[in-house]
Amino acid sequence: MVRYLFATEEQKKMYEEVHQIMEEALPFERLKEIEAMNGGVGEYPWDVHKKLADAGYYAMNLPKEYGGKGIGWVTRALVFEAISYTDSGFAFSFRGLGDKFDTVQNSHLPEEEKQKWAAKFRTGEAGGAFALTEPNAGSDAKAIETEAYKDGDEWVINGEKCMINNAGTADYFGVFAWTDKSVGAGHGVSCFLVEKDRPGVTILPPDNKLGMKLENCGGIKFENVRVPEDHIVGELGKGFATAMSKLEAVRPFNIAFALGAAQRAVDECVKYANERQQFGKPIIKHDGVGFQLAEMQLKLDAARALLYETMAAADQEIKLGYLASGAKWYGIELCVQVAYDAIDIMGGRGIMHDYPVEKIMRDLRGLPAMGGTPNIQKRTIARTFVNKDK
Amino acid sequence: MEVKVLEYLLLNEEQKDYAATAKMILEKELKPQLHDLELANDGLGKYPLDVHYKMAEAGFYAMALPEKRGGLEFDFKTKGAIIEAMAQVDAGFAFSFHNTGNFYGMIELTSMPDDMKQEWADKHLTGDARGAFCFTESEAGSDPKNMKTKARKDGNEWVINGTKCFVSHAADATFFVVCAYTDKEKGPSKGTTFFFVEADREGISIGKRENKMGLKLSSTCEVNFSDVRVPEDHVVGEVGDGFGKGLATIANERPLNACMALGIADAAIENVVNYTKERRQFGKRIIDHQGLGFMISDMIERTEATRALTYYVLDCVDKKVPTQYLNFVVKKFASDSTMKICLDAVQAFGGYGYMKDYPVEKLMRDAKIFQIFSGTNQIQQKNILRAVAGRDPQKTK
Repeated sequence: MVRYLFATEEQKKMYEEVHQIMEEALPFERLKEIEAMNGGVGEYPWDVHKKLADAGYYAMNLPKEYGGKGIGWVTRALVFEAISYTDSGFAFSFRGLGDKFDTVQNSHLPEEEKQKWAAKFRTGEAGGAFALTEPNAGSDAKAIETEAYKDGDEWVINGEKCMINNAGTADYFGVFAWTDKSVGAGHGVSCFLVEKDRPGVTILPPDNKLGMKLENCGGIKFENVRVPEDHIVGELGKGFATAMSKLEAVRPFNIAFALGAAQRAVDECVKYANERQQFGKPIIKHDGVGFQLAEMQLKLDAARALLYETMAAADQEIKLGYLASGAKWYGIELCVQVAYDAIDIMGGRGIMHDYPVEKIMRDLRGLPAMGGTPNIQKRTIARTFVNKDK
Repeated sequence: MEVKVLEYLLLNEEQKDYAATAKMILEKELKPQLHDLELANDGLGKYPLDVHYKMAEAGFYAMALPEKRGGLEFDFKTKGAIIEAMAQVDAGFAFSFHNTGNFYGMIELTSMPDDMKQEWADKHLTGDARGAFCFTESEAGSDPKNMKTKARKDGNEWVINGTKCFVSHAADATFFVVCAYTDKEKGPSKGTTFFFVEADREGISIGKRENKMGLKLSSTCEVNFSDVRVPEDHVVGEVGDGFGKGLATIANERPLNACMALGIADAAIENVVNYTKERRQFGKRIIDHQGLGFMISDMIERTEATRALTYYVLDCVDKKVPTQYLNFVVKKFASDSTMKICLDAVQAFGGYGYMKDYPVEKLMRDAKIFQIFSGTNQIQQKNILRAVAGRDPQKTK
């Protein structure tokens, strides 16, 4: 059921189609099986990736000049709300892999090479990843230690990245490395396109996470990895400009992952509370439970309003200002609270693996930190407000 | 680089201009008087008719008056933006001014002759028509079916008897819209009727003005109807559909009430940021201490969520997309958020937050009522739940 009240007929059809594909491909039992794979680390289900890609939902932000369909932010958010309704970890990976064509696009590869990659993105066969974070450099991105030096007409990269989304599933990485340590990070860090099969690239074992087990995430080592100079993404020394994406809408877009899953949690709880009887009636008829459910739904509607306000603004190219950080943090926060409260509605069964809500709670707990922790978002908001007239 | 703060991203230039103009007038004409107005009438408060008329002159009164009657017939989003801006200066004034001018729709639904309706429409344009909604009674609040006010037919008149309480704007009203039982046997949904009653009719007496925590500029009084006679053409809509009308009227107001709550929250945040940028402790501005700075970011974001939700619902109303249960959601969310923000605002000011010389304790006092009127938040939860719960499994049909 599409809850966004301004969804067009076309958008509704897309939502329903995606929802159906996802529910058929990843029923609850299969989700549990996948979570248990690889000693409980989980795995990215490529078959589901292929099904969605074949239906046209991969790399939806591919630019028109590379064969993309110019799909807007609101539509994409709706599609990912639908995917996340079934599994937000998969949704997060699927989006991550697909929206990284810009790494190739902004490199200096010859045009035919770019077109070759674009073709693979169109079919769902290629994906990228963003390799910035390191053990000593998370919120403080400037503290990265990976370095690159020029050798003839190649760059040689050395360093280690960690917690990289899609480290094990991407075909290439956008790697951030110091190219000039004598100047500040704004001019001394560059981004390099590094194909995964280059000698010296080692993909480390995937991270073992609390949730989002269908999402692949892990470290990558770069030991004397050589790339041609046309593999620089954007301008030399201007890597952070690339990283702090001009696409500010990407941050609030993340609400979609939390929203779909949290709505699933509420729907499951409503179903349960209508059936489960105690003290002579369905527990939903006890105001304590019923009002709690009403509170949960209203939080999701607020998150939904935040998501679609920012997405609609992005489609109209209106600047988001502090909402880019603020909406992302707060929208997700509302959903995380809802997923947490869902456990209470189901009582003891809430923590049982046989029931769907504990997985949703585990999945959503990781979302706030991705793309900038809540504390960092809070820092940005207050600072933006304070400096607004500067 | 000027950064937008506390503003809905999807307003157009015209909406922003209207809002800014309304706010500007109030900052000039109302703000300097606010302190005294709260203290007037031995602390009961006073509604400033001078400001009322200045705003009416500027065209902001009765914004919903239909175009065919000479009004602007503003859409909900525009009204919302204006009301929010007004509430940033004083929510009590915003509430009174907007609400007392918002009952023309009921007059239009009477069967009075057209020239009389036009007369009342003209009075709305000048600011002379000020309505008050008489619905609640001492035994009938959340549960309206316990109403005791009755109307009986006598020839071609109706005779109304009863006492309404918590009537907003009663002290300055020039007319009332009153809900009364016309056939108790039929129950509230089929046996109540709304009547348009001019304030100068015999038998009406305004009781004491309530001494409220906040929203002091808005009068709240008991209104007694003792054998008040009105012609039969003063029935609003049909005899028997009063209840539906009453609930619909309240429902239409909810998103705009949310705008008022939003305005209070905006004011709280502006005040807090300005203060915490100046106040220094432990060698730096207190906003730069993350413990407080992060609390402020929370306030800001909570307000942005309220803003997004409120304007989403207003947009639905304008586009005639059924808001379903969101009408209840927006009221509850906006009022709860604003209450929390105002509590945090007082906290952020420390000791000064508690002092009447500083602006935030008033915001806190003003905010509370938004969790109560227009249907208490518990009633909102009940209504949301009803929508969320779906079909009652216990019902056999």
